[in-house]
Amino acid sequence: MIRLELTRRPQHSALFSLVSPLLALALTLLAGVILFTWLGKPPAAALYSYFIEPLTEMWSLHELAIKAAPLIIIAVGLCVCYLSNNWNIGAEGQFLMGAIAGSALPVLAPQFANGATLPLMILCGMIGGAAWAAIPALLKTRFNANEILTSLMLVYVAQLFLDWLVRGPWRNPQGFSFPGTITFNEFALLPELMPASGRANLGFVFALVVAVLVWFLLTRTLKGFEVRVLGQSPRAGRFAGFSPAKMTVFAFLVSGALAGLAGISEVAGAVQHLNEKLSIGYGFTAIIVAFLGRLNPLGAVVAGLLLALTYLGGEAAQISLGISDKIARAFQGALLFFVLACDTLIIYKIRLSFGGRRATGSV
Amino acid sequence: MGPSGKPTLLEVRRITKIFGELKANDAVDFDIAEGEIHALLGENGAGKSTLVKMLFGSLQPTSGEILWRGKPVVVSDPATARKLGVGMVFQHFSLFEALTAAENIALSLGGNTPISRIAEEARALSQAYGLPLDPGALVGDLSVGERQRIEIIRCLLQKPDLIILDEPTSVLTPQEADKLFETLERLRSEGKSILYISHRLEEVKRLCDRATVLRHGKVVAHCTPSEQTPASLAAMMVGNEVAAVARPASIAHGWEPLLEVRRFDQPARGPFSVPLRDISLEVFPGEVVGIAGVAGNGQGEFFEALSGEVLQKRADQVKIAGKDAGRLGATARRVLGAALLPGERLGHGAAPGMKLSENLLLSRHASDRKAMLGGGILGLVKGGAVKRAARRVIEAMDVRKSAEDPEAAALSGGNLQKFIVGRELDRQPRLLVVNQPTWGVDAGAAAMIRQKLIDLSRAGSGVLAISQDLDELFEISDRIVVMADGRLSGSLKIAEATREKIGILMGGASPAHHTGHMEDAA
Amino acid sequence: METWVAILLTVTTAATPLLIAALGELVVERSGVLNLGVEGMMVMGAVTGFAGAQIFGDPWAGVALAIVTGALFSLLFGFLALTLATNQVATGLALTLLGIGISGMIGEKFIGIPGLRMEPIFVPGLSDMPVVGRLLFGQDPLFYISIALTVAVVWFLFRTRAGLTLRAIGDSHGSAHALGIKVIRIRYLAVMFGGACAGLAGAHLSLVYTPQWVENMTAGRGWIALALVVFASWRPFRVLIGAYLFGAITIMQLHIQAMTLSEMTFLPGAIYALAAWVKSVPAQFLSALPYLATVVVLVLISRNRRLTMMNTPAALGRPFVPDR
Repeated sequence: MIRLELTRRPQHSALFSLVSPLLALALTLLAGVILFTWLGKPPAAALYSYFIEPLTEMWSLHELAIKAAPLIIIAVGLCVCYLSNNWNIGAEGQFLMGAIAGSALPVLAPQFANGATLPLMILCGMIGGAAWAAIPALLKTRFNANEILTSLMLVYVAQLFLDWLVRGPWRNPQGFSFPGTITFNEFALLPELMPASGRANLGFVFALVVAVLVWFLLTRTLKGFEVRVLGQSPRAGRFAGFSPAKMTVFAFLVSGALAGLAGISEVAGAVQHLNEKLSIGYGFTAIIVAFLGRLNPLGAVVAGLLLALTYLGGEAAQISLGISDKIARAFQGALLFFVLACDTLIIYKIRLSFGGRRATGSV
Repeated sequence: MGPSGKPTLLEVRRITKIFGELKANDAVDFDIAEGEIHALLGENGAGKSTLVKMLFGSLQPTSGEILWRGKPVVVSDPATARKLGVGMVFQHFSLFEALTAAENIALSLGGNTPISRIAEEARALSQAYGLPLDPGALVGDLSVGERQRIEIIRCLLQKPDLIILDEPTSVLTPQEADKLFETLERLRSEGKSILYISHRLEEVKRLCDRATVLRHGKVVAHCTPSEQTPASLAAMMVGNEVAAVARPASIAHGWEPLLEVRRFDQPARGPFSVPLRDISLEVFPGEVVGIAGVAGNGQGEFFEALSGEVLQKRADQVKIAGKDAGRLGATARRVLGAALLPGERLGHGAAPGMKLSENLLLSRHASDRKAMLGGGILGLVKGGAVKRAARRVIEAMDVRKSAEDPEAAALSGGNLQKFIVGRELDRQPRLLVVNQPTWGVDAGAAAMIRQKLIDLSRAGSGVLAISQDLDELFEISDRIVVMADGRLSGSLKIAEATREKIGILMGGASPAHHTGHMEDAA
Repeated sequence: METWVAILLTVTTAATPLLIAALGELVVERSGVLNLGVEGMMVMGAVTGFAGAQIFGDPWAGVALAIVTGALFSLLFGFLALTLATNQVATGLALTLLGIGISGMIGEKFIGIPGLRMEPIFVPGLSDMPVVGRLLFGQDPLFYISIALTVAVVWFLFRTRAGLTLRAIGDSHGSAHALGIKVIRIRYLAVMFGGACAGLAGAHLSLVYTPQWVENMTAGRGWIALALVVFASWRPFRVLIGAYLFGAITIMQLHIQAMTLSEMTFLPGAIYALAAWVKSVPAQFLSALPYLATVVVLVLISRNRRLTMMNTPAALGRPFVPDR
């Protein structure tokens, strides 16, 4: 019988920390080639339209930035959560609640249109996201309730709440009974970066700034040290005098606020009004971004751009080759799978064993 | 044929086991005769457990061979070992806390005998050997001694010809150990062979017919313990690396206690944790106070209460350097001058995946805030200062390491313990509370650590050392108190303390049965 | 009375997929493995169940295909979490995301096609008895399977040596390994059983509950099944109770949404008044009820930390890598 055997490395492998995401990407591409061949599509052309074509035109680079911004912003917050061993998987809900809270001002008081509008909206958005994230955090610290399940359940609740708002009280009276609010006034919109060449807006700048700030927090400050210690070995963290409960609240508030920022940036940026189809699963895709970026905020920037590419590539491949855009989601899931598998190499050596006798091949 | 004329049961020839780059066993030879108690001696890390796991089939040798009654055998897994007639009494990782004693026994027997029959047999056997056992009891509720009885009964029910015992007395009171020896001698008289693993020389000398001594994975000697002295056995075991620990007379440095615990109670915090009852204790400057006791009698809980990982109900239940500290967390207690060292190195005293310098910051970020942090409330870590402090500790404690700033898990047990002891000594604390200062540490490192603890107290600090190792406590303590079933005895001056007195106190309380359990309705 | 029977019948229909999926996960978690991929395996079961029924023209073919798919799909999780010792939480999430992605891809050509319904089993004579006739002898076959499965899981876990071994592994994989128990192999089997159950539960959705394929049609039921295992303190009979409780909540809100007030006149006065009030609440809030109920139940059941700790399999979620 052939089997894989793991032996723990004395130290984390620095080499595989870098190689693992690349290896995962290569394996995903390989899986793509197999899949496209099986579907009877030319794999080279398919991969081209997935990963290269969106990069060849200026307007589409703008679209890339628009798609990447929420992914990066959410993923950066999730890095703090996952590094501290708090499993917030409800970022999608926090994204929506941020979008709702931030939209309250332009929807309910459209006449309040001045320079303070946008900053206030962003503030409200972050508070909305953080407040929604605070629920699972407090349920965990006060009542010991599993945060994975509660944060996820709240996604469905947030979706239904948004659905009710845009069909009910917040519906645009002039909207021909389509669900959705009025279009925001110009003071409530994120400025575009280079209006001449495309739609990319300030949201992408937020993403970069947030990534650098959180990276600094995690690597250079005592708080960041606390995050990592409590995540890796909670008992050692408590021994150091850090409180796991406070960390849970902190991590959820940070990631909730960032998801909320992503939400309001999406409404005030690309969409310009609130509707029920606001998210295309950003909150879930951001989980993949966070892991692919090795839970490093700067890594999340690269990973966010890559995942944004799969969204655009999915559309491109549908137009040019008639490949279903649903494949993009399968791709994203496969990518996370390969990343997790390859990460094993950072901690373990893998060896093939044939019926008790050992082969020489090992990594 | 064995030397005593009895036939040889088991023979091991040039067995070698390599983990990565480490030769845990290097061409080990030895043999066991029928009806013999054979000691496998060696200090921590000498390769005893590795060797035994290969005999029981839990590990496979890299090379070498095992002969059973003269025939070469491959012990591919524990089931094969059991079929041959090898039984094992483990020290760690072998019982299931959520299951009953009878279920635990059933799992190692294989087959499909009904649990009720197994319970019956276990009860009969336990009576025959004078090892009382309740087959229906949940293992999680039992004391360490009772758990060991389950292990022994479980092993005997398999009717083995060779019984392997891995450090069986490390969890027993001296009196319980005596009972165990009686059982073993009886088994020998029934013709069973016993492989007895230990680093306790007195009991090996008393009990065992022959001994094989391991050092750094190699056999250094085969001998007859009755012809040796403990000192000569120790010399074989550790070589000539160990300096004796010197304990100059304690000088009074004042009468204000550095640690004062007053009438402290704490209910059990988890399903299998021990409640603490009415504990009072003082530690004065200039002395080392030892807390003796069998593992699992509340020492871990008491340490967490002192360290501030678990807070007390009232502030005055714990005083550090005269200040009420009962409601203060670990950080604030450190700022008051306390240094804390938990029993478990990896995962409690140190974060395994973090570098040594980061592990230094772990316990020093508050007490050395000025030196190690900057940027006001931002709390910027001064990486250079932290690394320098880590280097200072590494030099002071002679920590051997493979890289400049390795991860904690990459160090050997002894070296990591030296580092985390040094980490606390480096800040010259007023009070040091340490749980199991040298558990699982090689003799050289252990002697060094013990000496440092004594030196710290003689410089005017107070040291409270919790340990299962009585020899260690006799070496370092000025006073000894005993913890049993969550209570603390009165203190004995070291001059008045004897092993017998301490042993009686250690077994003083009845085993804990303090938690109820919900049985499944199904 | 007829209306009550009809309502109770729909409750069992809503409860059955939750029960089947949660039983599977219960066995997985009792072996010490936390597979958060239930939602993904379930949605894979739903799409393959639907596809199998369409292709072979027989709902049973769909059921078989869904079970096999669920078990094979769970092997992906098994390979990562058991062989490669990856983080189980992240791996389970990955399985869910992958399952949703792949099922969307496979199911694209089935959207809008009317499905094949698995017909209830009628026993002539018995099924015609008032009230209990339809409830006991007129349900879909998977209902009976789910009840049999509950009994079988109880019997297996608490009455067989293999069940004892599985529980032992969930308590301490280190001890089990030391005794020579094949920890990884048994965990693989448990994971595949969980996958097969989730697949079957998914097939129930697309062949009995709402015979059609809609993308993402599990709508969080996999996650609710996970919560049910916690709610049940890892005990199979309590999973049964929990599943029916959730089934009742789901159906009640659906009925209140769907019925007009005049249709509800059969209800006693106080309940009618309550129902009338509930009907004035927007539909979205009623739809949120099962999710909110899950949160509330988790809070209530986990509040006692000590009890939770005692009930939870001690090795749950911890990766196991044997020394060699």
